[in-house]
Amino acid sequence: MDKIDKQIINALQDGFPICDAPYRRVAAQLGLAEQELIDRLQALLANGVLTRFGPLYNAEQMGGALTLAAVKAPVERFDEIVAIINAFPEVAHNYARSHELNMWFVIATETPERIQQTIHAIEQATGLTVYNMPKIKEYFVNLKLEA
Amino acid sequence: MLDETDRKIIQATQAGLPLTPEPYQTIAEQLGLTANDVMMRLSAMQNSGIIRRIGAVPNHYKLGYRFNGMTVWNIPDEFIDELGQKVGQLQFVSHCYHRPRHPPEWMYNLFAMVHGKTQQAVDEQIQQISALLGEYNLGCDVLYSTKILKKTGFRTTA
Repeated sequence: MDKIDKQIINALQDGFPICDAPYRRVAAQLGLAEQELIDRLQALLANGVLTRFGPLYNAEQMGGALTLAAVKAPVERFDEIVAIINAFPEVAHNYARSHELNMWFVIATETPERIQQTIHAIEQATGLTVYNMPKIKEYFVNLKLEA
Repeated sequence: MLDETDRKIIQATQAGLPLTPEPYQTIAEQLGLTANDVMMRLSAMQNSGIIRRIGAVPNHYKLGYRFNGMTVWNIPDEFIDELGQKVGQLQFVSHCYHRPRHPPEWMYNLFAMVHGKTQQAVDEQIQQISALLGEYNLGCDVLYSTKILKKTGFRTTA
């Protein structure tokens, strides 16, 4: 990752235009050729520096539902629990965290009812209690991670 | 409200935008629409908040932000909205939520994600939050992410 990659990452966290040739427009702002921007984006996605590039949808606005949930995965079963939980397509993110509640995951479903069903299914499959922590309120933030 | 065409566009783009010179044209061709229709619908979805933004999501770790702390705080319910708004406005907080407690094991109801390249940077951020909360902080903890186990983003099949 060089200086140009960092500029691209910083610029594209702010948004991306909706127009006929958006890469050309962004490339011009960064002083790059259109194809160079596209090639670099491809590389940044391929090597995992970017996890996504595109529209970020708000599941709740689409009638879907989201929740944050956690389990206490016994150390000796940790990998098994990861495999079980990650196998659920409803699980969008999953992080290991330093706490007795050591696995935290986001469940995203198309309907609120599916959240409860998924939690129940995860409890059945793992034998663990799922701590459900749906948001009660979201406070506005505007962070950008400087590359 | 979303119609069937909107949902097709969502499905076609939720994994990402095509890396072609005219990405909206590419989507339009896949779906049998015009590029103009795709662009207008994406704009409308952005204006209504269905699309939070179009852009890039970096992997924190790969940018050097190795210390990603989920800070959790026990705040009296009657003050949480006022304080949650203030915490969310701190420059280094990426997400800030009021979530339910699970007493007696889990008494924390305010969650704020912080990110730093060093432990010291994160410690200073936590100090700032703590100072802001003052006497309303009835207890706190910080859960560091030690590994990303899955990160696929939201998928719909509708």
